[in-house]
This record gives sequence, structure tokens and C-alpha cells, in this order.
Amino acid sequence: MKPHVHFREIEGRSPGYYALLGLLGLLVGAGLVSALYMEIEGHWVTGMNNRIVWGTPHVFAVFLIVAASGALNVASIASVFGRLQYKPLAPLSGLLAIALLVGGLAVLVLDLGRPDRLIVAMTHYNFKSIFAWNIFLYTGFMAIVAAYLWTMMDRMGRPYSKPVGLLAFVWRLILTTGTGSIFGWLVARQAYDAAIMAPMFIVFSFAYGLAIFLLVLLAAYGWTGRPLGEGLLRRLKNLLGIFVAASLYFVTVYHLTNLYAAEHTGVERFILLEGGIYTALFWLGQVVAGYLLPMAIVFSPLGRSRGWIATAAGLVVLGGLAQMYVTIIGGQAYPLILFPGKEVSSSFFDGVVADYAPSLPEVLLGVGGIAIALLAVAVAVRVLRFLPEDLRDELVEAQAAAGGGDGSGTAGGERSGGAAPEAAAAPGSAG
Amino acid sequence: MSGTDASRRRFLAGTAAAAAGLAVAPGVLLMPLAQARRAGEPASSDVRWGLLVDTTRCSDGCDACVRACKEENGWEGVGRPKTDAQWIRKVKVRDPRTGHTQSLPLMCQHCKHPPCVDVCPTGASMKRADGIVLVDKHICIGCRYCMMACPYSARSFVHEDVRDQREHAPRGKGTVESCTLCVHRVDAGRVPACVEACAAEGGGALVFGDLKDPSSEISRRLAAHGAEEIRADLGLDTGVRYYGI
Repeated sequence: MKPHVHFREIEGRSPGYYALLGLLGLLVGAGLVSALYMEIEGHWVTGMNNRIVWGTPHVFAVFLIVAASGALNVASIASVFGRLQYKPLAPLSGLLAIALLVGGLAVLVLDLGRPDRLIVAMTHYNFKSIFAWNIFLYTGFMAIVAAYLWTMMDRMGRPYSKPVGLLAFVWRLILTTGTGSIFGWLVARQAYDAAIMAPMFIVFSFAYGLAIFLLVLLAAYGWTGRPLGEGLLRRLKNLLGIFVAASLYFVTVYHLTNLYAAEHTGVERFILLEGGIYTALFWLGQVVAGYLLPMAIVFSPLGRSRGWIATAAGLVVLGGLAQMYVTIIGGQAYPLILFPGKEVSSSFFDGVVADYAPSLPEVLLGVGGIAIALLAVAVAVRVLRFLPEDLRDELVEAQAAAGGGDGSGTAGGERSGGAAPEAAAAPGSAG
Repeated sequence: MSGTDASRRRFLAGTAAAAAGLAVAPGVLLMPLAQARRAGEPASSDVRWGLLVDTTRCSDGCDACVRACKEENGWEGVGRPKTDAQWIRKVKVRDPRTGHTQSLPLMCQHCKHPPCVDVCPTGASMKRADGIVLVDKHICIGCRYCMMACPYSARSFVHEDVRDQREHAPRGKGTVESCTLCVHRVDAGRVPACVEACAAEGGGALVFGDLKDPSSEISRRLAAHGAEEIRADLGLDTGVRYYGI
């Protein structure tokens, strides 16, 4: 019998597994209690105010939503771009995409002024609003990725894997375009109002999604003791380095473009030089921790160590949160330009940098969103066959050479017939 | 005797006329501005309500318009300036090159192309046919995207429980609100509270009226002296215009 990749549920009986579930459950609970507190008391108990209307919950929510679309990339690389070595990772990639999106949307919804009116958002639409489009883009994404998972994990679905994978890939590009355009289309604010926001967010999503994917993969295989090949990790960490470099490129172009226009030098001076916490978070958080250190790690001999790969991925996540903080909160903190060239002042804090400090309930709500995503993944890999039992390089390569193991990864659409044992969760294929 | 009577009659007549004049004048002044709509009659696109701010008559120390709006619409804060609502505020504008300063009221600019209405996912932010931009408090979910989009910081989020609401200006914790151009008064054929207060206590800097009616005072003033929009570069075609900025 030819070697092939088997999928199997994790055992999930160890004290460590239950401790993980307990910890994540606690964080989810803390997030929900925070949301309830904010709703009952009103938003005055948070750091948000009439100048900083989107605060820390949005930093986490937008990060998770952007990362969600990026987490799907691993699956897309296999089924859209035909790199079959990534195929055994595709189910986890789809699972993470859905879980991260659910986590992000939960935070976004629970931070609404009237979360109890969510049904209104489902029954009243203004189709000129990107938010309204996003309601369809997000729910559509979940449905399409769920279908995509079905094509990977059920024999009946396999023939549809390629078209559904392509649809999911196109959909995720549109989705992140929508997320970036939430900011890019805001004409009023100096830090936004830029077409580059949409493609920049897409590139960010590649990096953030892959970083979280790597962390979850390393944790899952490390904690369950399942073999994970060095070659596979090398590909993934190199890809992460490329995505991070591309993010740095987009950020550089964005700032250079703004610096060139006299009308934007004020906001650039604020973010790059004089913005206090925002300047510190930009340079130390986004650039050094988020871009330079991860690239230095993955492209140096350090990148051979799993610990360092995890460190690099963790830094990309922290850099991503810093980027969202600078973009979302820094972008609001810089005052609106009411009268170009004039100084303005008022009782409503016109003309001055807005005050904002994250409050505990906001942070707990944001962390709760991450916990929702991770809890969903932890439970899903316990009850369904998302994770290959063995990801040694020779197995992965042999299966890729044989055409990927099933229909979902074949670049030219050709199926490998007899050389394709049931890789996914077909009954009886595992254990 | 008769001389005394005549003088007393003249005095009484004069006082009565003055009193009558004082009582009637605001009505006479305001009558041509608006005609009351019947209940249930939709707003008409034949009119576009607008406001002209003559900044040359607006003084730095005066906040009559702000006080009147607070009283009329019941948005008195609770002493938390960062989260308390402000439907209208006085803004001081200073040219750093010359030191020239001005003071003006800033509120919802009732744009013809309002960014808040564009971005609102549920359609709670809306523009009436007569140009007044409002928030439907029943379908606002409190996402604050409109506040991100407004170039004028004209909107406030209700950060806590509200008390002493006015019957004609409902408010709600967790929703967004802003200047309604005193729509309840306009629909009843009256002018906004700020305009009335500015005429009575302030410098008479505010002129309210129909921008589509060439014979209205606001249209005549705009035709004669011109006026600017704040952030005219954004092309929003605001209903509030400023003279002297």
C-alpha cells in the first residue's frame, strides 16, 4: 500500500486538553460578561467616547476578520494554485477561517450600542453601505467555506472541490476588500480615504492568517505528539516571511504617498513622529515586532527552530494588533480637518488629539473573541477529522506526487484514481 | 385737564403699540419662513431647508444657540464632556498666520450627499425629501459607522441612560443622534430653536429658510452676499452655509 495521509480526530482526553478548554471557556465567559456590562451601563464605562467611537473591541474584531480570510490561504494554495503539499493542511485552514470570522463578528456585534437589535441588521439594508455588503460577504464566506470543507472531507463533495475552492478564494479577496474599504472609503478622515487600504488589508490578511495558522498547527502537533515535517514548516515559515515583507511594502507606499501630499503631512507627522503611543506602536509594534523581527527570524538560521518559528508567528500577531490599533484608533485620534490651515478649538475637542485609553471590559471582550475562535477549533478537531495523523515530509511529498490524495488538490483537474486513498474524513479511513 | 388726558392717551397708545409690536414681531418675522405640514403628510422635495450662519454677527462669548438647543431637545449632559452628547457647539477658528479669530456654531450640516447616510448599514441614517438628515432611533443598531464618516463630528453616541427626554426629540442609549434642524418645529411651521434664540439673545446671525425658494430670505441673502460650505472640497453640498469664513 502506498503511503498516504490519514485524518483523525485528536484524542482529547488529557488533562492538558481539558485545561485548555477550561481556560478558553473562562476567557469567553469574561468577554460575554464584559459585553453585558457595557450594554447595561452604556459605553461611558469604556475608554470610547464621541471622538474615539471605535475602540479596542474593533482592534480585535477587525484583526480577527482580516486574519480569518488569510487563514484560508493555505487551502487556496492547494486547490487554486495546485501546490499539493499544502493539501493535508486544507481542512484546518478552512476551519480556522470560519472560527476566526465567528470570533471577530462576535466582538463586533457585542460592541454595538444595541446588540439586541441584530435582527434589524438582518432585515433592514442600505445597499450603499459597505457594512451592509459585509453582512452578506461574511455570512456568504462562512457558507462557502463550510461547503469547501465538505468537498474536502466527504467523498461525495470531492468533485466540486476545485470550483468551490476557487469561489472561496475569490470571495475572500472580495471580503477583505470590503474590510479594507470600511476605512478606505471614509473621505472625512486624513488617515483613511485611500484606495490602497483594500489591497493593503488583503496583504495583511495573508500574513495574519498564516501566522495564526502556524501557531495553531505547531500547538496542535506539539501537544498531541503527532509528527510534523520540517519541510512543510519550512515552506510555511518562508511564505510567512514573504507575506510580512509584502505588508511592509504596502505600508511604506501608503506612508510615502501621504508624505508627498502637503495636506496629509499633519497626520503623517502624528503617526510617524509625534503621536506618543501611536508612534511607539507604529514603529516598535507594527514595524519592528510585526515586520523586521519576524523576517529576521524566518530568513535566518533561527528559522530552523520550531520555537523561533512560533516566536516569529506570535510577533506577526502582536504586530498585527499594533497595526490595527494605529490604523483604527490612531486614525480617529488625529483631529478632523474642519478648516484647512486654521486652528480650531471647542468644547467638543475639535482640533486636538483625542484621548483614549483601553478599558478592561473592552480588552476582555476582544480577547474573548480570540478565545471563541480557538475554543471552536479545539472542539472541532476533537469531534471531526480535521488534522492529519502524521505530517512527515515523506508522506506529504508522496501524496502530493500521487496527485494530492483526492480531487480537491489537483491543479489541472486530473484525478489520481487508484493512487488516491481516502485522505479526508471518509468513514473508516482513519484509525 | 384735557391736556393731561391727551398726553396720557398718547402714552398708553404708544405703550400698547410697542407691546403689540413686540408680541407680534417674531411671528411676522417668521411667518413667511415655513408653512405647517399636516400630520401624515410626507415631507416635500419642493423645499430644501437650509441655514445661513453670518459669522460676522456671531460673537465668541455667546452660546445662546447651544443653550436653546439643549433646552429644546433635552441633551443636557451629566458632566462627562468626552461622552456627553453635543448636537451643536461653538467652534473658535484661528488663523495662525495672522491671528484672526472667528467664532461659529457647528452642527449637522444636513448635506445633500451625506456620508453618514451612505455608510449606515440599516438605513437608520436618512435624509428627508426636504433635505433634513435624521437618525431613525428605532433601527439604529449603534455601530457608529456614521460617526466615523461624518467630516464635522456632528454626531454623538448616547453613552448612558437618558433622562428628561422631550416628547418631540426621542433619544436612546446605544444609538446615535445629532441636530434634527428642529424638525418638529419646522413641520409645525416654526424655525429651529437656535435660530429663534440667536435672534432674541444673540447677534441675529442665523437665517433659516427654503434654499429652493428664490424669494426666501436665506436665498436672497445667499444670492446677494454668497456663503461658504465647511469642507466644500468634499462636494457634499451642505444645507448649512457660512458667510464670512
